[in-house]
Amino acid sequence: MTKSELIEALARQQPHLALKDVELAVKCIIEQMSQSLSSNQRIEIRGFGSFSLHARNARMGRNPKTGESVALPKKYVPHFKPGKELRDRVDESRQRYDIID
Amino acid sequence: MALTKADFAERLFEDLGLNKREAKDMVELFFEEIKSSLEKGEQVKISGFGKFELRDKSSRPGRNPKTGEQIPITARRVVTFRSGQKLKARVEAYAGAE
Repeated sequence: MTKSELIEALARQQPHLALKDVELAVKCIIEQMSQSLSSNQRIEIRGFGSFSLHARNARMGRNPKTGESVALPKKYVPHFKPGKELRDRVDESRQRYDIID
Repeated sequence: MALTKADFAERLFEDLGLNKREAKDMVELFFEEIKSSLEKGEQVKISGFGKFELRDKSSRPGRNPKTGEQIPITARRVVTFRSGQKLKARVEAYAGAE
């Protein structure tokens, strides 16, 4: 499922809203999640999961082309922990559905 | 304070002019749609944000960390999240701001 397919599915379930408004709403939610993580504010959605930042320590890396050493600073990466309901639903249905893109 | 569903709904109300009921429903349906897609084995790719992927894990030996006792971990399907380039770049910019 892609973002546009998600928008279409949400529009079908809310026929009283214009497709354009559903599209704006989806973009608004995603932008708010990105903004929140970019300022290291956790996101907690009951039953879905939580997003937070995990720190990666500074380390020495290498330029794979030249072999030269480069100092890589400490950085943060987004992390998602699925909630119990999502974990259970996905696991319980695994015999019935193959994984598709 | 963590961002919650109520915060998303509030923003939809303020910025897009959905009424409170519509805003709350939209947020519920948004997360429910992603969950039900994953439940049906369909991975979800949100461009600019990231991809919710599914993985089938085979069973493996595990341990109860408290007692040290060996217990098998059963085969299962799990959800993983891979952040997209755009989100990664924005988050790294935060690290630089510290």
